[in-house]
Amino acid sequence: MINRHRLETLSEPVLEWVIRLCGISAIIFVFGIFFFVFREGADFLFRGLDLVEFFTSPEWYPTSVSHKRYGVLALIAGTASVTVLAMVIAVPFGLGAAIFVSEFCGPKLKETFKIIIELLAAIPSVVWGFIGLTIMNEMIIDLFNAPIGLTVLNGGIILALMSVPIIVSIGEDALKAVPDSYREAAEALGASRWQVIYRVLLPAAKNGLLAAVLLGVARAIGETMAVLMATGHAVKIPHSLLDSVRTLTATIAAELGEAPVHSDHYQVLFIIGVLLFSITFAVNLTADLVVKGIRQK
Amino acid sequence: MRDDDKKIEISNLRVTYGEKEALKGISLDVYENEILSIIGPAQSGKTTLLKVINRTIDLVPDAKVQGTAKVDGENVRDVKSVYQLRRKIGMVFPLPVGLPLSIYDNVAFAPRAAGIRNRKDLDAIVEHCLQQAALWDEVKDRLDSLGTRLSGGQQQRLTIARALSHQPEILCLDEFSIAVDPVTTMRIEDVLKELRSQVTIILVTNLVQQARRLADRTAFLLNGELIEIDINEVIFSDSPANQMTYDYVSGTFG
Ligand SMILES: Nc1ncnc2c1ncn2[C@@H]1O[C@H](COP(=O)(O)OP(=O)(O)OP(=O)(O)O)[C@@H](O)[C@H]1O
Ligand SMILES: [Mg+2]
Repeated sequence: MINRHRLETLSEPVLEWVIRLCGISAIIFVFGIFFFVFREGADFLFRGLDLVEFFTSPEWYPTSVSHKRYGVLALIAGTASVTVLAMVIAVPFGLGAAIFVSEFCGPKLKETFKIIIELLAAIPSVVWGFIGLTIMNEMIIDLFNAPIGLTVLNGGIILALMSVPIIVSIGEDALKAVPDSYREAAEALGASRWQVIYRVLLPAAKNGLLAAVLLGVARAIGETMAVLMATGHAVKIPHSLLDSVRTLTATIAAELGEAPVHSDHYQVLFIIGVLLFSITFAVNLTADLVVKGIRQK
Repeated sequence: MRDDDKKIEISNLRVTYGEKEALKGISLDVYENEILSIIGPAQSGKTTLLKVINRTIDLVPDAKVQGTAKVDGENVRDVKSVYQLRRKIGMVFPLPVGLPLSIYDNVAFAPRAAGIRNRKDLDAIVEHCLQQAALWDEVKDRLDSLGTRLSGGQQQRLTIARALSHQPEILCLDEFSIAVDPVTTMRIEDVLKELRSQVTIILVTNLVQQARRLADRTAFLLNGELIEIDINEVIFSDSPANQMTYDYVSGTFG
């Protein structure tokens, strides 16, 4: 008895430290990644890069011989347009499907749906890119009489298809976590199925649903391969859904291999990496603040 | 009491959850404007009976119901709108279920679901129901804060206010005093006594003395069977029809 007691008093602090270490290491990794990405670009960032031009110029000519220009406005516009379109499609579809699966499906249909959704989530992004490059490309050319089908529309739809499974599965988890007693109490008050959903379930699950949407957004912003293949790879600010664009991520993926190590071009690509990092950080931070704001009310 | 006073008629009601038989063919009537209490040890099927009456049993996937339960002479399984049926019945659960809404919205939930939009009407209903549930004075200054932030006893009174908010003709209370202190329990009991003239009350309770204090009649359920139902004067006398009833109410059961 005494031995066991001693073991317990010993193992408690040890366990506590192990857990603390895990937490700390996660933070260290994040900072470490940020630091190394930042270090690769820092030199050029402080000596040479014109930040005003960087953010306001749509001219991206990193390999021009006469006059190199590093403006990422068009790339930001590319990322933004494709992401926004993807979310406009994926959020209603994803949340709707999550509600359907969690509230209206019988157990059997639910299982089938979940398997399909998991399958969708498991498709590698190159395959999505391939679908964009061939099937979607042709469809857009046929439907809109467009000269080329590798466009914002194409990339947005592909990204939406990739985000929907995430939104559905996390959204469904959030709805499942709402205690059944809420549903029963609301139904006992004579509320219809829809009233239960929008008056009780959605408010109760809003944090989880928001998380689902944001993870979908994060996926869309960070996705590289599929958008690289589906958007046509043209550096310009899009004026319609049928324009080709290029995203921040696609630029890094396509150019990093060719840029000589430690050249200005190489360093700018890392600065773009820092920019992407900051954008996702900002998205997550806003999400946190929004959730906290909701909670306080 | 006459037949046309019957608010609820249960006949030969049998409920099974998969293999498990929760109610084994019981028959009983509830008369208009009476308080019927239902007593019995755990697992005797009391909650199941309430769920059949407001048809929330539909939400249990493997539950099977045989026999009939009629409310106002109409079989609950044949009602045109289950929502209308449920609005006729106020339900209070053993543990308070504060919906994740403000105090005001909790009470206004059912009226809104029934289509009342006018803010003045809603205000009046909310105040009236919170008064009835003896909660108004404690919360009138913070109607906008979350219902789940109230104490357990306050939350239970909130659910009672909520159950009254759609002006039910029948009020079912399922062991409402589990999470409530004795003083609050007595206050709620006073509320129920006042309501007796307006609604029919079914009071499921573990407290035999509560049944004795409040009810006109009492039914004793045991393992899904109705052992005895009669007026309180008989059930709590020295000679109820069944010896088990006597043992249970006098505390020598088992
Ligand atoms: N959802 C369910 N699924 C399966 N079995 C259930 C379910 N609900 C109740 N039962 C079973 O039915 C029987 C009666 O349960 P019920 O809840 O009606 O009893 P009760 O009299 O209300 O008990 P208590 O006093 O503990 O609340 C129990 O044996 C219980 O295990
Ligand atoms: Mg019960």
